[in-house]
Amino acid sequence: MTILKITYLWKGVIRLLKYLLKRLIQGIFVIIGISILIFIISRIVPGDPARMALGPSAPQKVVDQLREEMHLNESIPVQYVYWFKGVLSGDFGKSLNTKRPVLTDVLEFLPATLELAFFAGLIFIVFSIILGLLAARYRDTWVDGSVRVLSYAGIALPSFVVAVLLILVFGFTWKVIPVLGRLSNGYHVPYITGMVVIDSLITGNLPAVGDAVKHLLLPAFALAVGPLFQEARILRSSLTDNMNKEYVSVVTGYGIPKSVIMRKHLLKPSFIPVVSVMGLDFASLLGNAFLVEKIFNWPGISKYGMNAMLSKDLNAISAVIIIIGLIFLLVNIIVDLIIASLDPRIRLGGN
Amino acid sequence: MNDILLDIKNLKVWYNTYQGYAKVVDGVNLHVFKGEKVGLVGESGCGKTTTMKTVLSVLDSSKSHIPEGEILLNGQDVLKMKDNEIQKVRRNNISMISQAPSAALNPVFTIEQQLIDVIKYSNASKGLNNKEMYQMAINAVNSVMISDPERILKSYPHQLSGGMKQRICIAMALVTPRELLIADEPGTALDVTIQDQIHRLLRVLVEEKGRSLIMITHSLGVARELVDRIYVMYAGNTVEVAKTKDLFSNPLHPYTRGLMECVPRLSGGGVTSGIYGYIPDYINPTPGCRFYPRCPNAMDICSKEKPQPIEVSDGHKVACFKYTNS
Amino acid sequence: MTSKIDNNLKTKDMKRKPWFIKPSTKENLRQYWYKFSRNKLSIIGLIIVTISILFAIFAPVITPYPQHVREYVDYSSAKLAPNSEYIFGTDVYGRDMFTRVIFSFRGALYMTVIVLSLSVPVGVILGLLAGYFNGTWVDTAIMRVTDIFLALPPLILALAIASVLEPNMTSSMIAVTIMWWPWYTRLVYGMARSLSGEYFVKNAELIGASKAHIIFREILPNCLSPVFTKMALDVGWVILMGASLSYVGLGEQPPTPAFGQMISDGSRYLPDLWWLTIFPALAIAFIILGFNFFGDGVRDMFDTGR
Repeated sequence: MTILKITYLWKGVIRLLKYLLKRLIQGIFVIIGISILIFIISRIVPGDPARMALGPSAPQKVVDQLREEMHLNESIPVQYVYWFKGVLSGDFGKSLNTKRPVLTDVLEFLPATLELAFFAGLIFIVFSIILGLLAARYRDTWVDGSVRVLSYAGIALPSFVVAVLLILVFGFTWKVIPVLGRLSNGYHVPYITGMVVIDSLITGNLPAVGDAVKHLLLPAFALAVGPLFQEARILRSSLTDNMNKEYVSVVTGYGIPKSVIMRKHLLKPSFIPVVSVMGLDFASLLGNAFLVEKIFNWPGISKYGMNAMLSKDLNAISAVIIIIGLIFLLVNIIVDLIIASLDPRIRLGGN
Repeated sequence: MNDILLDIKNLKVWYNTYQGYAKVVDGVNLHVFKGEKVGLVGESGCGKTTTMKTVLSVLDSSKSHIPEGEILLNGQDVLKMKDNEIQKVRRNNISMISQAPSAALNPVFTIEQQLIDVIKYSNASKGLNNKEMYQMAINAVNSVMISDPERILKSYPHQLSGGMKQRICIAMALVTPRELLIADEPGTALDVTIQDQIHRLLRVLVEEKGRSLIMITHSLGVARELVDRIYVMYAGNTVEVAKTKDLFSNPLHPYTRGLMECVPRLSGGGVTSGIYGYIPDYINPTPGCRFYPRCPNAMDICSKEKPQPIEVSDGHKVACFKYTNS
Repeated sequence: MTSKIDNNLKTKDMKRKPWFIKPSTKENLRQYWYKFSRNKLSIIGLIIVTISILFAIFAPVITPYPQHVREYVDYSSAKLAPNSEYIFGTDVYGRDMFTRVIFSFRGALYMTVIVLSLSVPVGVILGLLAGYFNGTWVDTAIMRVTDIFLALPPLILALAIASVLEPNMTSSMIAVTIMWWPWYTRLVYGMARSLSGEYFVKNAELIGASKAHIIFREILPNCLSPVFTKMALDVGWVILMGASLSYVGLGEQPPTPAFGQMISDGSRYLPDLWWLTIFPALAIAFIILGFNFFGDGVRDMFDTGR
């Protein structure tokens, strides 16, 4: 019997790897497509990027030299090929703003955004499950009603508005939590992974961990609050829909306690529609980070990308878009995997 | 036969709807002896499933309302029981097989997980470890004539055919010893040959273990083959009850007569060919006998008062004014 | 029973549903209204939507200081807290916040109308084509392009496009339109694809109906209700997108007011001049919430189940 089990497992693993490979390859093609798209759009920019980088007072000869370096005099497809070759070897070009290789900039700023996104994601996943379960368990009571009202607030108030309001409250009225930046002055944490919480944990600098978490709270909350209540609401309606299903009354009829039913029998099938929404919300979270990072002065890749877009820093824009596209691709794959693990009909299918 | 296992007395169940209360079950009287097989026959929508679900108290309490009635299980009224007592009943005394096996099984869990859940929460599993519970599950699957039980246990519901799912539901109902088994139209969702197998299987298993059975069906033919006594239900009332032989040799109630005269199988969905009229409106039911609008022998009194069941011969009761004076 | 066979029956005599959904009888309208109005929130949404549209159309007439949305400076009445003369207070240039907020409705709704009326037809048509011709190169080409556009978080794509163009209203409308159509394509694609396998389509093909006829008069009408529902709900999202863009300075340029722009400018003066941020924020919440409730009602209206 164990041989049977091992064969099943092995087959499953192979199938999983095949699926991952397929998705990654598809995804890479899509990312290449995005890069072409962005490349074309950014090169249509009126104005001379080299001139803009060097400023109006630079001598024409220097500008021409820079144009030559950036291959700006060639046709667009040729430019793309140069750029693509560079990317393959890790060279995303130089940022016109920071004058450093874009790759360096990305490595410096990306972990900050990832940390923020993970933290926000953690908040909205955990709390939306708790709130959704509560709202379904006590449906049509004040618990359910308040979750519903708050979900409307979550839709109506965009992240940047929430962010501004949070600054109003915590920056001026009730100075309990730090508002700007990642770490207060006086804390220093070495760059190991780039994520301050993890790095300070690794180096055993516990006060820094606390400080870093405090700084994370507000921006993560601003990003998470909208999705949180909406997902709680979706989970709640999914749960209540499934509550009326036959298999729930069957299992109640066999005497299984209600708490077990809610936690186990109801949660798993109800969670499936929620997971897809979570994936989409994570994506919009990455997008909203562009605005929220600016407000909280969070040194992340979104703030960097935003500045790049506003100052038409072409190389930086392309790199940021591609990175974000990759992150989104990974998130989508993970979401699909989770759905497949939850729903055997998708995973296995058929007789 | 010996004592009464389940006794439903004058049960009324109303559903909350937008337009008022739908008085779906309106005075049902039914009893089952220990070891007896009883059939409950009636059209779709006449309240059979509702009655049975009330026995297990699995009706949605926000949507339903029980104004009157008693359900005595071994002498105790189920409707008045506290939560933990009802849980005991559900775990040890009664089990119910649903009408639609596809809907009755949770699609995201394996059969094994669902069976073990049922086993785990019943008294019979006290002191058993996982392996023993697993063995119980295997035995149950074997008993419903499914070969290769281990593979089936590891499967998910959508991987099984309808007939298999129905057998699994039966297995689930029989895996732990209980006194009463309620089978709600088992096999309705399947084709005729499978249906036949399921019915035979059910009868064998019930007789083997000496349990009682309430068999809900809309087909008199099926009831005839399987059960000792038949209750005929119409629009929320039990209108006639008799031993199987007696019912077929001497049907009394006009509705039963109408059924017998039709093609033996009723089509689900209400209007049978042969009985003129429509299913009654449950929200504003006519006062008096609910069969009045369709009854060929209708009398004046039928529209005003509700007939109470009267015993006509041994074990043969009927609720009809036609027989009150005889 | 006898049936009359009319040999002169012409195609145009056959009763067919109009190819666009139109409640053709009073009874249909009444049914739609019943379904819509069952939820009180949808009615509230309808009221808010109506108010917003009225604000947008009649802004110059109903506001006390319409000239304040153009070049206007009056430092003597600047930075005033809300009072009887200026209901929402004035900003740092002395402009009436109430007028500017009402005028922002105009920009927001104008953008939404343009964006949706361009992106929805394009998205829907592409989805129909990809769905009907599924399996062919048409399908692959369209859906690959759609996937590319959907591979990025929406806001980022809009920002990227808008930022490389001149910062003005037209650019941000172009940006949002470009990233909006793929969602409709994806929505319609699934439906069109499954409908293409249905018998009524196969029959039409057998009779020899032209492809255009099949796509637009057989398949399309069956896809319309989810599209309309999505459109109603999307208004809120487009407005949100527009506000996000104007927050970073893309979109309506000063002196024309826009919600995000006002919040961005106003946040500099927190907490003293709180009215500069609070009122635009409330207005955004008002309009987004209203359209969401309205959209929910539209969805209920088309819901045939339960």
